[in-house]
Formats: sequence, structure tokens, C-alpha cells
Amino acid sequence: MSFALRMAAGGAVLAVAAVILVQAERPPMDSIQRGYRGTGMDEIYNPRSVSKELAANKIPASLPALPDAGPKAGAVYKNVKVLGDESVGNFTRLMASMTTWVAPAQGCAYCHDVNNMASDGLYTKVVARRMLQMVRHINADWKPHVAATGVTCYTCHRGQPVPANIWFNNPGPLQAGGMAQMPAGKNHPTAVARDTSLPFDPFTPFLEHDSDIRIASQTALPSGDRKSIKQTEWTYALMMNFSQSLGVNCTYCHNTRSFTDWDQSTPQRATAWYGIRMVRDLNNDYLDPLHATFPVARLGVDGDSPKVNCATCHNGVYKPLFGVGMAKDFPELTVTH
Amino acid sequence: MAMLSFERKYRVRGGTLIGGDLFDFWVGPFFVGFFGVTTAFFAILGTALIVWGAAIGPTWNVWRINIAPPDLSYGLAFAPLARGGLWQLITICAIGAFCSWALRQAEIARKLGMGMHIPFAYAFAILAYISLEVVRPVLMGAWGFGFPYGIMSHLDWVSNTGYQYLHFHYNPAHMLAVSFFFTNVMALALHGSLVLSAANPARGEAVKSAEQENAYFRDTIGYSIGTLGIHRLGLFLAVSAAFWSAVCIVISGPFWSRGWPEWWGWWLNLPIWAH
Repeated sequence: MSFALRMAAGGAVLAVAAVILVQAERPPMDSIQRGYRGTGMDEIYNPRSVSKELAANKIPASLPALPDAGPKAGAVYKNVKVLGDESVGNFTRLMASMTTWVAPAQGCAYCHDVNNMASDGLYTKVVARRMLQMVRHINADWKPHVAATGVTCYTCHRGQPVPANIWFNNPGPLQAGGMAQMPAGKNHPTAVARDTSLPFDPFTPFLEHDSDIRIASQTALPSGDRKSIKQTEWTYALMMNFSQSLGVNCTYCHNTRSFTDWDQSTPQRATAWYGIRMVRDLNNDYLDPLHATFPVARLGVDGDSPKVNCATCHNGVYKPLFGVGMAKDFPELTVTH
Repeated sequence: MAMLSFERKYRVRGGTLIGGDLFDFWVGPFFVGFFGVTTAFFAILGTALIVWGAAIGPTWNVWRINIAPPDLSYGLAFAPLARGGLWQLITICAIGAFCSWALRQAEIARKLGMGMHIPFAYAFAILAYISLEVVRPVLMGAWGFGFPYGIMSHLDWVSNTGYQYLHFHYNPAHMLAVSFFFTNVMALALHGSLVLSAANPARGEAVKSAEQENAYFRDTIGYSIGTLGIHRLGLFLAVSAAFWSAVCIVISGPFWSRGWPEWWGWWLNLPIWAH
């Protein structure tokens, strides 16, 4: 072997080793057993990453609660359509809290015309009102998913006017036509499905429409069974996204010896089942109808509303904000309408 | 079993690593040696412990017998026998039996004046087992990361452990291991079929020589690796398959906690793509 060839081979080996070592993690890892011993149902966490996530998921201090006394906001202020039954003190406290949660840099003027606070002139105020109704609906009607922890504006917004994790219908890149057409939404590495080449928009069919997620065959032989590998990949893309959104692996909900069997699944799978229905409900009843209210700059390429998925609240954590509840400090966010 | 007429010639004294002449004898066709005794000891004890584990378990159905490692909460400590301790003892017995067997192979090779290729190759199978049951659990900090002993239960472990990393086929070392396994199978099939075809000519014709074998592959693919070379290649492929299998499981967890698809971020982030 010539000298140059040896140097080239050595360089190639070093380059490969560098690629592997630069991004490799190291022991010790934290682990959580979630099934009978020896089943391999374990969550593995790198404590170095978890400490960063814990730091990024601190909740802001709640303003002190006020006695529910005095005149009602509906009687004192004009055009109060959702929070009219709250005392002026709690109404103001919630408005101040919402500013901290959603628009701390922009302040009241992000939603209100400061010369006429009652005006619905800014679209943000109309959206915020609908979002208040949505938060109440989640906390009151979706307890199977959010339990007593509930949600507030901060669960998704985290001090940003637009939550970090939203999604739009994705028609995908330009496709070939005719015989070469393959509109299965695949074969492009997609961050949505954790960098796999699975379908890049599993949200539209499963979290806006109610396409069937379940693809496990019920029979040993293909007797009338129409489930296909192609369908399976759509489901897997969605599940990859769930895993990414919650910072968990497949075994958090499933014993993979039988994904479909509820008896072998963990209780969290039932919570997720309600979560899927909740997200569909929110997208269809609260977010999609707002597409006429949003300015074009806030809409997707197909003119659709920004929508929610698991990551919108969870932000990569198995329970949003590591399960620390804020809604208990704001009972007005749990009122049934 | 009768001894073949020429076999006695090869039953020579010496070459033992431990025990001198004490165990330097044969039982029927089998060489005993010190490591033959330890192999039998560990194998019989380990099997008896498996039967004990089955007896205190819920089933005698051979497919469903399951002797599982301890809960993760025991860490690297000993667990009570019925709660993973049996698994720990069986693992010790298995390693004792496998290593004894390798050393017995080495003693026989020394007797016959051969190279150490056979214990070397077998050592890679032991390496893969020890990686799964000892190295990775120690790196992860709990014996509970080992696979359970049971026909179905160890497959369930494989499935769930793979899904811990979302999509195990994206594990680069798993890709190498699988490629080596399949290449090994292909090489063995080509070699076996070639030898059989050369050794089974048409009725009345002489058995074909290595030159015909070489000519066959030169005609087919322009190259024949040769009669010795094919065995070097086979050893390389098989040993590589076992080696990368060991690597692919040891890096899953201790050196990578996320999904394997994400590992390929370095590829997706290369500055050669259009986006």
C-alpha cells in the first residue's frame, strides 16, 4: 500500500470515528422500569439532557389570588364575553397573567387597542377570547387527558405569542406526475417523524381528520384484511412524533409484543387515546374555524389555521411542565360554560 | 462409538493448560481435560437452575418458561433467587460453561499442533453473549437490562429493547452486523454448493478438483478467492457479524439514549444538500 493510500485510509477512519464520537452520549444513564422485569419496557434518559429540560420547563410564579368579591367584570367593563362573571380583581389578575404568559415583551397592546380596551379591532383579541374558551373546555371536559393538572395559556405559549410547536397541513415538496407519481408522503427525511423517512404529514389524517390509526391485523391470514405497509408507515410517523413530543420511547405506552392489545399496554396508552381525541376536537372546533380571523401571515401554505399536536403542550416532556399544575391557581380557567 | 483406525494416532498426551495429566484422558470419543470437567459442571448446574426456575414459575409450557433478570431497582447487587437471583446464577454458569468450552478447544488444538483459530472464532460468540448479559447491564447500572431466559420471553425483550430506540434498523452497527450475517450466509451457501457440485459429478466421472472450482467462479464473476481464501473470508464474515452485533447492543443505551433515526442527523446536516 502506498504512503498516500495509507494516509487516505487513515484519514477516512479518523473522520468516521470523529463523526461517531462527536455526537455519542456516555454512561451513566438514568432508567425507569415500566413493565415486568426482563420485558425490556424501560425508559432511558441521559441525565445531562434531562437537567437542561428541567431548567427549560420552570413555571412562572402565579400572582396572588384575590378574594372573589366586589363588582363583576361584565358589569364594569364593556364587551366582556367570556370572563364577565369574574370579580374585577380576578379579571385584572388573569389579564396581567395572560400578558406574562403570552406577550410579556409586547404587553397589553398585543391584543388590546389601548385607546379603547373593549374594541375587538385587533385579531389577537378575538383569537385570545376563543383560546380562553378552549382552555376552559380542556380543563372542564377533557379531564381524562389533563386530569386535575389542567392547562393554562402558559402550557403552550411559554412567554411567546405563537407557541413553539404548531403545525399546518403539509402538501409536501413538488411531486413527479404520471407513472412516477407516488403521493404517499414518504422518502423525505422529516423532523416531524424524528428524522426517519416516514410520511412527513401524519397530522392532517390523524389529528385533524379521524383516519384510523390502528393497523394491526386481526387475522393470521390476509382474509379480507386491507391493512398495508403503507398505512403502517403513516401510523409509525405519527407514533414517532408522539414519542418525540413526550420525550419517551415506544414502550412508554406499548408492550411491543402486541402493540394493539390494551391488556398488555401501560395505563398511559389510555391517557394518550383521550389526548388524540382532544387534539382532534381542539383542531376542528377551535383552531380551524379561526382561519378567517388570522391574518394571512399566520396561516399555512394552504391557508389553514395553525393547529395543535402533542408537542404544543408537552414540549418534549412526558407531562407538560413536568406535571407541575398552574391551573389550580386560576379556577376561572376551569369553569364550564 | 468406535474409534476410526487412524484416530488413535492423534490421541496424544500433553497440551493441557491446567491439570497436567490428571484429566488428560478420553471418555468414548470425547476428550475430557480440566475444562471438560468445568464445562460439564457449569452446564449441568445451569440447566438444573433453569429447571428450578421453571418449577417455581407459572408454566411448564416450554415456549413460555421465563427466567427473568432482577428489577432495575436491584442495580448491580444480588437479587433474591425467585426475583432474578436465579437469572444471575444461570448467567454465571453460562459464562463458566462457554469459557470452559473455549479453553477445551484451545487444549485440543494444542494437542494436535493446530492454530487457535477455532477458540478465536468461538470467542466472538461468547463476546456477543457477555456484551448482552454483562457489559451492557454494567454500563447501564443494573442487571435488569439483561435479556431473560425463555424462548418467547427473550424475543419480547428483543422487540421492546429495539423499540426503546424507536427504529433499531437505523442503528449503524446493527446495519453492519445484519449485512455481515447475510453476506456470511451467502458465502457459506456458495461455498457449500460449490463443494457439493464438485464432489458429485455425473455417474462414471471423476470427482472434480479445486481447479474446476476456481474456474467455475472465474467464469461466473471473474474471480475465485480459492480453497483456503474462502475459509478466511468465512471466518472474517462470521466473526465480524458477531462483533458488530455486540457493538450494536452495547452502544444502545450506554452511548445513545434517543431514537436511532436521530443518530443520522450528521448525515442530514452535511453541507451537500439542497435545502
